Amino acid sequence: MYSFDIERPGTVADAVAALGAEEAQALGGGQTLIPTLKQRLASPSKLVSLSGIAEIKGVSQEGDTLVIGGGTTHATVASEAGAYPALAALAGNIGDPAVRNRGTIGGSLANNDPSACYPAAALGSGATIVTNTREIAADDYFEGMFATALEEGEIITAVKFPVPEKAAYMKFEQPASRFALVGVFVSQGAGGVRVAVTGASENGVFRWSEAEAALSSNFSADALNGMSPSGDEMISDLHGTGAYRAHLVGVMTRRAVTAAG
Amino acid sequence: MPKDQGIGASTKRREDVRFLTGAGNYTDDINVHGQAYVHFLRSDVAHGTITNLDTSDAAAMPGVVRIFTGADFEGVGGLPCGWQVTDKHGEVMKEPAHPVIAQGKVRHVGEIVAAVVADSLQEARDAAEAIVVDIDELPAVVDMKAALEDGATKVHDDLADNLCYDWGFVEENKGAVDEAIANAAHVTTLELVNNRLVANPMEPRVAVGDFERGTGNSTLYTTSQNPHVIRLLMGAFVLGIPEHKLRVVAPDVGGGFGTKIFHYAEEAFCTFAAKACNRAVKWTSTRSEAFMSDAHGRDHVTKIELALDADNNFTAVRTETYANMGAYLSTFAPSVPTWLHGTLMAGNYKTPNVYVNVKAVFTNTVPVDAYRGAGRPEATYQLERVIDKAARELGVDPVELRRQNFITEFPYATPVAVEYDTGDYHATMDKMLELIDRDGFAARRSESEAKGKLRGLGINCFIEACGIAPSNLVGQLGARAGLYESATVRVNATGGLVVMTGSHSHGQGHETAFPQVISEMIGIPEDQVEIVHGDTANAPMGMGTYGSRSLAVGGSAMVRAAEKIINKTKKIAAHLLEAAEADIELKDGTFSVAGTDKSVAWGDVCLAAYVPHNYPLEDIEPGLEETAFYDPSNFTYPAGAYACEVEVDPETGLTTIEKFVSADDFGNVVNPMIVEGQVHGGIAQGIGQALLENCAYDENGQLLSASYMDYAMPRAFDLPPMENYTVDHSCQTPCTHNPLGVKGCGEAGAIGSPPTVINAILDALNSGGHKVDHIDMPATPSRVWAAINGQ
Repeated sequence: MYSFDIERPGTVADAVAALGAEEAQALGGGQTLIPTLKQRLASPSKLVSLSGIAEIKGVSQEGDTLVIGGGTTHATVASEAGAYPALAALAGNIGDPAVRNRGTIGGSLANNDPSACYPAAALGSGATIVTNTREIAADDYFEGMFATALEEGEIITAVKFPVPEKAAYMKFEQPASRFALVGVFVSQGAGGVRVAVTGASENGVFRWSEAEAALSSNFSADALNGMSPSGDEMISDLHGTGAYRAHLVGVMTRRAVTAAG
Repeated sequence: MPKDQGIGASTKRREDVRFLTGAGNYTDDINVHGQAYVHFLRSDVAHGTITNLDTSDAAAMPGVVRIFTGADFEGVGGLPCGWQVTDKHGEVMKEPAHPVIAQGKVRHVGEIVAAVVADSLQEARDAAEAIVVDIDELPAVVDMKAALEDGATKVHDDLADNLCYDWGFVEENKGAVDEAIANAAHVTTLELVNNRLVANPMEPRVAVGDFERGTGNSTLYTTSQNPHVIRLLMGAFVLGIPEHKLRVVAPDVGGGFGTKIFHYAEEAFCTFAAKACNRAVKWTSTRSEAFMSDAHGRDHVTKIELALDADNNFTAVRTETYANMGAYLSTFAPSVPTWLHGTLMAGNYKTPNVYVNVKAVFTNTVPVDAYRGAGRPEATYQLERVIDKAARELGVDPVELRRQNFITEFPYATPVAVEYDTGDYHATMDKMLELIDRDGFAARRSESEAKGKLRGLGINCFIEACGIAPSNLVGQLGARAGLYESATVRVNATGGLVVMTGSHSHGQGHETAFPQVISEMIGIPEDQVEIVHGDTANAPMGMGTYGSRSLAVGGSAMVRAAEKIINKTKKIAAHLLEAAEADIELKDGTFSVAGTDKSVAWGDVCLAAYVPHNYPLEDIEPGLEETAFYDPSNFTYPAGAYACEVEVDPETGLTTIEKFVSADDFGNVVNPMIVEGQVHGGIAQGIGQALLENCAYDENGQLLSASYMDYAMPRAFDLPPMENYTVDHSCQTPCTHNPLGVKGCGEAGAIGSPPTVINAILDALNSGGHKVDHIDMPATPSRVWAAINGQ
């Protein structure tokens, strides 16, 4: 780790101001950033911790929408997002207890790790990412591996999830990291059917439109029999080829549909 | 009624109280006043020539004490190898120089290029980044067979090629083996990989070097399984420090699994630098450094052929193995694929003809050496895999095929130079079959199939050579050390004992189990006995802990020393009781005269030895302290039969272990709870090898699995639920040649479990209309899926 200054603002406004400094970096739960700093792979001059900002924490309901503060930990979502069981279950199965008690939804979405779970939930639910300056539809937010629509210094203050009629997330874990080798979030609600896939693609989380089309006319696992996306742009590594990941997307999607009921 | 003291009691591990409450004293807990810290700048390329190494800017950075490079170690010895293998032509192995810091060339990712000693670790790291190093990269050799091709890049320019040795064992058997295979009714051939592993003890390696200017004495605190061996190797071969001027301390050590046996560059560096800087120097490995600097394990590529006659009797085994040495020879590396592997290729079977060929190969990878089981898992894996394959090819029951070939008469001299003293392989097989409920398997398979899963039952039998080892024998085999063990038993005036043992405990539970033996012998409570180990300043010269040798060899030394104590105390008691020594009996801590009510307590006799007012001074010396060295007359031969049931999800390739049972013959057992814990741990590591762990390099010699993000360690979740997980050690044929009749249990689980798991997976993959001939470890979901789908 290199030395750095740290600020712990108590409001979003103060955090935004602090992030205006040269080489300042927002710190959510630190589950990715702290290991990166320890390996000296990043050298921000200033860390702005978001964990002391009460206004971006917590779970609340606004009509059919579940609003989760950007600074809410996975453990809190797991225990308090009961109105959206598929989301609560996803949060309760991220990493290990230490990760779940520190890591935040805003941090995860801002980082947009291609194997993280939350991007699948946000895209698969048609969620809206709320920042200190604007609201961004999930479809416009994810821009590829570790890339998002966020501007420099922009903070995720909340994520709005329309609660669907049916939803489920199925994760096939990478044996070492236990991140998603393939994770599929399926939902059916007012906005139609969504199938979002994490872990598999070199371009990060994506919607599997062929499966969405098939499920729109028949929301059952059988509707997907024999289907899997192309393996061409899938990640190929020690833990599986692109072809294997593409196959798993089909399997996990069918299982998610079955689990969604 | 189970015993609550002595041999056979499941005494709770006394050391765990301090380990579990944060009161342990690990090497990283040791801080010497005024110590400096070292950060090693390591090569990030696998092979190259250092063309420029400029430390001038770095040396001027804040807090820097001194920067060392290879130039500082010119004239200093390299790291020695403790075993010299002679090849099939009678030539000794190639033994390239193994520098502490790279001398002009780097040969693996992680090799030390420079070392920065500074007031703080942060300053050392900052300065290391200011070192200018240019390396002219050379092609890397990673694949062993490619490394042996004509024209392959050489890892060491001064050697003719990358072949360390080409070993044949037993060379005189080769003709008979070839003939038996040519004449066989059936030959089963199998090519397989024994995957490279990283040991990953919970505690990374640490070294603290200290130098006392007033006396000229050096001290090294280090995470070692054998401090005396480190003192000898480092003092005599690397730094030229006589042993009486060098103390090596290995305090509480958090797991070793073999990888802390060896003498490492960082240990020599810290000791050297402490003297050069006149200041203690400390190094604590990061986990990232551990992946690229701890010796790795396994990494064999093998072809094995099993010949059978028309009645399915094994007639010959012939193997050809490529064994990866990495870039340099680690301390015991040459012995692992040879004497710890070839000698076990008869297994539990009376195969009359066995020939083993091993080609040890240098590559641009981290050195490979012993890892839990060391050679014996590699032998067991290939033999038990090929037997299962033969059973499938011949359409016979794998249990019966093994049974009909079992060795049943002991002692048994194998065609590969060892003599098994005792064993009962049918007994462990029977026990295993009972525990796994083989009869109920068909029903369980049907249940799995109803859920869309494939279920397989795999079995495995194994033998290992432990209790390492008779010194004269290993000397003939190339060991540059004796393999006895030592103990000093010091009885205090008030009757308590301290046993100073050359064995080292790094999780095994010696502090609990060794007192149980003394308690049994003397009849005093276990808490009257303290075990001291890990410090060359107070324990007699010992060879340390590995090869499941501590109780069999170190425990035997302790028994011999305790016997001397008992003999002396009987003389004292006879004097105090005015009786003949021959009539003195020691029971429950009391000496009595046979046939009388005259007695004297243990404590009173001990006090008399130190306050010798009424004492036979003309016959015996005062005091009660005895030392014994024990050199075993043979290896011990633990054996067992393991079984495992797996469920495979054919859609994803995911394997889950539903049931695992082990039936081991460890001979006599001192502490059943500790033995079961050792087996549980060994099986967890074996399951790790079979399903999860894989140390992988790319073609440029870059380590792909360099962190836990990509190197999959087994977790509790990967093991079967406890109600389906039985480790049994009730089959006991005591060792015939050591005083405790013990065989050793530390490695069994890691030896017995990998083939069990893979045989179970292959059984599953040959059910439900599937037909899969082979799968390599680790059987990851992607590999299983690919095998099912013929990809």
